[in-house]
Amino acid sequence: MPDDAAAWPSPMVPRIARVRRRFPEGPKVWTLEIEEDGGAGMSFAPGQFNMLSVFGVGEIPVSMSGDASDASCIVHTIRAVGPVSAALAGLESGDILGVRGPFGMGWPMAEAEGHDVVIVAGGLGLAPLRPALYHLLCRRSCFGKAVLLYGARSPEDILFRHELDTWAREQIIDAVVTVDHARSSWNGHAGAVTTLIPRAGFDPKRAIALVCGPEVMMRFAITALRSAGVSAQAIYLSMERNMKCAAGLCGRCQFGPVLVCRDGPVFRFDSLRSLLAIKEL
Amino acid sequence: MEGLERIIKEHPFFAGLPGEFCQLICGCAKNARFEAGQYLFHEGEPANEFYLLREGRVALQLQDPGRGAVIFQTLGPGEIVGVSWLIPPYRWTYEAKALETVRAIAMNAFCLRQKCEADHDLGYDMMKRFMPVLIERLQATRLQILDVYGAHA
Repeated sequence: MPDDAAAWPSPMVPRIARVRRRFPEGPKVWTLEIEEDGGAGMSFAPGQFNMLSVFGVGEIPVSMSGDASDASCIVHTIRAVGPVSAALAGLESGDILGVRGPFGMGWPMAEAEGHDVVIVAGGLGLAPLRPALYHLLCRRSCFGKAVLLYGARSPEDILFRHELDTWAREQIIDAVVTVDHARSSWNGHAGAVTTLIPRAGFDPKRAIALVCGPEVMMRFAITALRSAGVSAQAIYLSMERNMKCAAGLCGRCQFGPVLVCRDGPVFRFDSLRSLLAIKEL
Repeated sequence: MEGLERIIKEHPFFAGLPGEFCQLICGCAKNARFEAGQYLFHEGEPANEFYLLREGRVALQLQDPGRGAVIFQTLGPGEIVGVSWLIPPYRWTYEAKALETVRAIAMNAFCLRQKCEADHDLGYDMMKRFMPVLIERLQATRLQILDVYGAHA
């Protein structure tokens, strides 16, 4: 402990930040650009998360969804489903909030260099993967084939539509979007995102897969990836559990022998394989 | 016929098909083409054919009163459209519409069912090809039914 303990920010004390910009992404989904008071920037790794608090309401973990190379602005994409997320999503430009973080282990971007990268996202799961996509696009020549397979509920629920269109149009990555159901005016893909995996055209022997979405969807995606020939050691997934302290102290997010906040949220599949089958967890 | 045989052999759905089976099913096959917006079949009609897609995408959809057509799956080159021809009463339970110009091989279902009855080895080979497709679509349907991206997720 240094002499001047106050100089060391406690991971348990929120820092004050303000909403710089807020914009809608889809039904009940908002993206917040925030900056800390005093202009302090934040470095983070793709896949890490912050604890965001609305004072007087509560605190929840939210993954970063912006570009990790831009430390001046922290970006979070939030779906209003509970009291805290609804309060966060309802913040306007200039409103204050609390920020703790960044926390957790992120996506294995360094290990993925030299490999094909297959990103499988479902629903809001695209948000924690977007920093990984930015990283991949920024260092595109360091990676092999890059594939994004994204499943959404309906065309109206597709996140980051403008960027997806740009990536697909410029053919920087193979971005395929599918929806569970759509009106007849929809001209894109329909069906479960997992059905895209066998047809994605990557080399399973040199691919690293990053998977994020609802746990059921991730289990199906892992089955499809394994059937395609991707090894268990090459599949990474982002787990979600109820996190409170985010610093590995309270045990609220314990998942068998691991703490999701400290040891995750990104895990290599082979380290969790036996745990995913235990319904009590 | 030689062209059809080559196309069928090269189609992913029939990968590794023995030559004698290929000759048998070629007798049930013909080329088909659909323009964008044209229907391959409608719900309730007899399932007289199924299709090996070569080019273009097809939307499978159901008519929902009040909402109109709801697309639940799209299929593309290398995939097959139609499994209702396998099981009585051999009627389509959904409709299929071309989203763009579609080139396909149409397989006559009555002809193929007869050949499968006459040659159970061929029938077994066909079942082994269709079962994985059915299972994949069943599993995908489970995910869609669960509405995993819904607000409760």
